[in-house]
Amino acid sequence: MNVVYADNNATTQVAKKVLDEMLPYLETYYGNPSSMHTFGGQVAKNIAMAREQTAALLNASPEEILFTSCGTESDSTAIQAAIKSNPDRKHIVTTRVEHPAIKNICEHSAKNEFHVTYVPVDENGTLDLDYLYKNLTDDTAIASIMWANNETGVIFPVEEIAAKVKEKGIVFHTDAVQAVGKIPIDLKNTEIDMLSLSGHKIHAPKGIGALYVKKGTKFSPFLIGGHQEKGRRGGTENVASIIGLGTASELSKNLMEEENTRVKEMRDSLEKGLLERIDNAIVNGGKEKRLPNTTSIAFEYVEGEAILLMMDEFGICASSGSACTSGSLEPSHVLRAMGVPFTAAHGTIRFSLSTYNTMEEVNFIIEKLPPIIEKLRKMSPFWKKNQ
Amino acid sequence: MWEYTDKVKDHFLNPRNVGEIKDADGIGEVGSLACGDALKLTFKLDENKRIKDAQFQTFGCASAIASSSALTEMLKGLTLEEAEKISNENIAEYLGGLPKEKMHCSVLGRDALEKAIGSYRGESEKKIEGEIVCECFGVTDLEIKRVVAENGLINVEDVTDYVKAGGGCGKCHERIQEIINQINGIQIQPKKKEKALTNIQKIKLIQETLSREIQPALAKDGGDIELIDVDGNKVIVKLRGTCATCSKSELTLKNYVETKLRELVADSIEVEEVQ
Repeated sequence: MNVVYADNNATTQVAKKVLDEMLPYLETYYGNPSSMHTFGGQVAKNIAMAREQTAALLNASPEEILFTSCGTESDSTAIQAAIKSNPDRKHIVTTRVEHPAIKNICEHSAKNEFHVTYVPVDENGTLDLDYLYKNLTDDTAIASIMWANNETGVIFPVEEIAAKVKEKGIVFHTDAVQAVGKIPIDLKNTEIDMLSLSGHKIHAPKGIGALYVKKGTKFSPFLIGGHQEKGRRGGTENVASIIGLGTASELSKNLMEEENTRVKEMRDSLEKGLLERIDNAIVNGGKEKRLPNTTSIAFEYVEGEAILLMMDEFGICASSGSACTSGSLEPSHVLRAMGVPFTAAHGTIRFSLSTYNTMEEVNFIIEKLPPIIEKLRKMSPFWKKNQ
Repeated sequence: MWEYTDKVKDHFLNPRNVGEIKDADGIGEVGSLACGDALKLTFKLDENKRIKDAQFQTFGCASAIASSSALTEMLKGLTLEEAEKISNENIAEYLGGLPKEKMHCSVLGRDALEKAIGSYRGESEKKIEGEIVCECFGVTDLEIKRVVAENGLINVEDVTDYVKAGGGCGKCHERIQEIINQINGIQIQPKKKEKALTNIQKIKLIQETLSREIQPALAKDGGDIELIDVDGNKVIVKLRGTCATCSKSELTLKNYVETKLRELVADSIEVEEVQ
């Protein structure tokens, strides 16, 4: 069975070029970049190049890039670096719709003498900026605001927020895991202090991430060990994956336009096609400022996991904002924060495309999904009552 | 990814008996949109009071749909007395098992069945009994107690898997654990006691129990009891005084002496009278 992969916000296919560039560092150049001998030491040059490629995607300087093992490590590093560098400040500002990588470390910190302000969003997923600014105090150690939401694709104006936060002398971090590679990022011209990204969302392998730390930002390592990454992150470098991230960053930069034209058109067609064919279907989140590849659609009166499993029969991969898939029983905290009613939240499906998708695949989803929703609605005790 | 059996997948992809019987004899509706699953079960009896037809409508995940479908198949041909014996475990077993996190789907089926049978018998819809423990999913202490006792659950996670309680904000976890401890306390404590006792400790405890609890009670009726021997869990005694001649002495021995010793010493104790 062919796989129609429309779950690129979860992870992406490793690009062929990325894999090709990586393999020599697994097969031939397996040396340790910290070694004195040429065999190992030469690898350091290739890491330096990957650092330049990654920096170029963000318009940052190579020395501002720190390689980590994943987006979550980048997020944890950023939060604890800000906390440790400002020991007299006990307040964190973040949003109600962050990825668990930020949400859970904030909740964890809240158990240890920190207090956390969660900035709300409206029904479109738009951040309440006044609330955010009002809650920045002398006690605030860090404000961490995601660049784009993983579930809805809604983009926050982080450049504008960063400027306001910096005015108050507070460290600003953004989890840009979903934004990187999909929308242009120009860090040299922002006040952002730290930014997290993840390799496997941009066609590099899993297990590699990066943290941008603006020059002059106070820092404290999360992984304490060797001198790697200039002492900012101990541990022997994941050489092949770093090379992979560098290559993927370069590819992403070149594909940015396609992402915002062809991929966006496919996303729009998918959304339009499904809404035309299925009643009581609603797009979650404002459409204006949104990632070009993401759509989150609520199909009322049916449950997400059931939809996913029926799509699975056709090889269609997507994810749900519903209870039953995540192991947790409540609908996603993002949809709840937006006030999406339960009727819709439980039946939400997120489609996220990439440059690897085709219009044929989009049409295949448009053809297969309406009968699935119809079948499930016929089974649902709530459906007729609401017609 | 959930690991579903082929039978669950089959019942999900090809659900049996979907629909609503118009002139149903019994109707059971449980769950809600907010909770993420809901089931409406209807059945019709034949002239012999056996279930002729059962149909369902379910809003929920794959295993909720499969559990409902399985239940309707299981019900057909049963009398209501037979049907009411179906437990959530039976529904899960029928499907070749459910993932632990999905056991609440089988509980949903059982609850709907109970309600449907209740409606046929004209029992008025039960008001929510007990106090609400989990506010997110509206689960009461009585529901939690029942599922803990019936399924031998031991931690909060289990309770969440079976009745969803605790699966939301998490504020009620402590209270759920208290309930679990309360239910299990009765069963677990004696076992612990038993394990901890050496032979000498056991004999000592039996002697103490006899002199402190049992002899004074028997003395009220002019009777007495004497410990002759302890052989493993067999406690051999001799009844004296009025007890020795009492026609009900056998009852006294089993219903009172043995019960008391089981409660206070070890639940495997057997009392015998020396001849």
